[in-house]
Amino acid sequence: MNLQKIRKVLGNYIFVLPALSLFCTFSLYPFFKVFQLSITNWDGISPAMTYVGAANFKDLFLDNPVFWLSMRNAFYVTFLALTLQNFLALGLALLCDRDIKGGNIYRVIFYLPPVLSGIVVGLIWNWIYDGNYGLLNHFLNFIGLGDLSRAWLSDSKTALFAVAVIHMWKGFGWGFVILLAGLQSIPRELYEAARVDGANSWVVFKSITAPLMIPVFILVSILTILGTMQIFDIIIATTGGGPGYHTEVPITRIVTTMISSSKFGYACAMGVVFGLVLLAISMVQIRVSKMMRQV
Amino acid sequence: MAFFTDAAHKEINYEKVKKTTLSFFTHLFLAAVSLSCIFPLWWAFTSSLKTQQTVFNDLSLFPKVPQWGNYIEAWTKANFGLYFLNSLLYTTTVVLGVILIASMAAYAFSRLQFWGKNFLFLLLISTMMIPIPGSFIALYVLLNKLHLVDTRIGYILPQINGGLALGIFLLKTFFDDLPKELEDSARIDGCGRLRVYWHIALPLARPAIAVLAIFNILAVWNEYLLAMLVLSNKSLMPLQRGLMVFQGAHITQYPLLMAGIVITVLPVLVIYLLLQKHIIKGITAGAVKG
Repeated sequence: MNLQKIRKVLGNYIFVLPALSLFCTFSLYPFFKVFQLSITNWDGISPAMTYVGAANFKDLFLDNPVFWLSMRNAFYVTFLALTLQNFLALGLALLCDRDIKGGNIYRVIFYLPPVLSGIVVGLIWNWIYDGNYGLLNHFLNFIGLGDLSRAWLSDSKTALFAVAVIHMWKGFGWGFVILLAGLQSIPRELYEAARVDGANSWVVFKSITAPLMIPVFILVSILTILGTMQIFDIIIATTGGGPGYHTEVPITRIVTTMISSSKFGYACAMGVVFGLVLLAISMVQIRVSKMMRQV
Repeated sequence: MAFFTDAAHKEINYEKVKKTTLSFFTHLFLAAVSLSCIFPLWWAFTSSLKTQQTVFNDLSLFPKVPQWGNYIEAWTKANFGLYFLNSLLYTTTVVLGVILIASMAAYAFSRLQFWGKNFLFLLLISTMMIPIPGSFIALYVLLNKLHLVDTRIGYILPQINGGLALGIFLLKTFFDDLPKELEDSARIDGCGRLRVYWHIALPLARPAIAVLAIFNILAVWNEYLLAMLVLSNKSLMPLQRGLMVFQGAHITQYPLLMAGIVITVLPVLVIYLLLQKHIIKGITAGAVKG
């Protein structure tokens, strides 16, 4: 009886065994390995690796301006995504939340860019921005602003903003869909009651919509930040980090350090620092959200 | 009395005009944004039908003589046929793997008793919460050690693992809400755990599995970073990697590159348009509830 019971419990483990073994191999092991490698100077090939203590981190903090520039670039794109992209998404969601005709068609179209890959989106926009044959320049010439035309992605003044526009183009539909779902979960009676009381649209938004949407706002901003900070595919498909280091972001730096410079240990240290930055951001966000809910 | 009705009448007219104007501008704005979403895709498509000579100067929305032959050239000479089949293989394998492995684990976490259940569950779904941007370096090192770099299996297994957290979470929630009676009666009839899972729980979970499948199809089809790190042999590359290789080698052959893009996008587009209701329901349900 007892033996049978033990066999039964062991049998239950068979169900989780495949998942668990994959997880331990491809998630848990790399997770700890990153920390271990981050304190070595391993080049990725040689059998020997020397532990160098905090040297990688020291160099990263004191002697690696390009890494911090890449961080700054990612923050810049993230800031634009948080403001421009999410305000556009919210505005569109508010418009579609009214019972307008064809609301569903707009939703289908707006969510089209988010289902495309960063590579495809980047390659298409490459051509829009092209200095010689780009659509944008053709358009500027057409409306008589030909003076403004340039090679948008290889001009150091515009490259980062141009990349940010691609990222926002790909992303706003995602924010729109989530925000719209949030709006639609607000009971209609609340709006009707406010209307009866004579409240105008702004008052309704300020006193009913916005407070009820706070959890959704926070979710959208956390995911926007985490997603945008880790931007990579669009950069690789357009500028590759250039011109100079003007569009370098943390992931491109990590990949370059790993592949082109064969500094695996150092790249791991970058990964650890970048991971901690992301963790800190989400902690702050969650803290802020709790405070706002109490108010 | 007459005065009142008159005033009310005017009021209504004014309201109506205001409403129609507002609605007109709303649609105008929404249509403009829609156009900005579709136009780049259309431009890629129409450019794929132009010739190398006309592509830079012919700004027509549809070429007078569409060069469908570009697609044959892209499919054969530019290897996009090969990349397409690779993408198809990777996507199918990963999605089937995720569904099978995640549903087994989710079933156990929802229905079966074993020691350490809650801890293991939290451990498995923890990767959904904690981003570790450097872990792909260690993953590469590991694959190298296991001699899985530049192999199909080395590209497939990490991606199956990548889909597990969401899959287990989604399916466990689904199984938790499912009534147990059917399974109980099957068990009384003498069915073992595996048979109850396979013949009863799994078919019932079809809606959740559909959502999971769609998400993984899009994720695997669009994946790039791992393909870049792991695969350097052309015959193993999926489409996203193939596009980058092609653009690196033939940067000016725009019509062929655009044909490759259309080949890459078309399956995603078809799946999206067929299943858009489920996709949008999937992302919003997860987000608004969570």
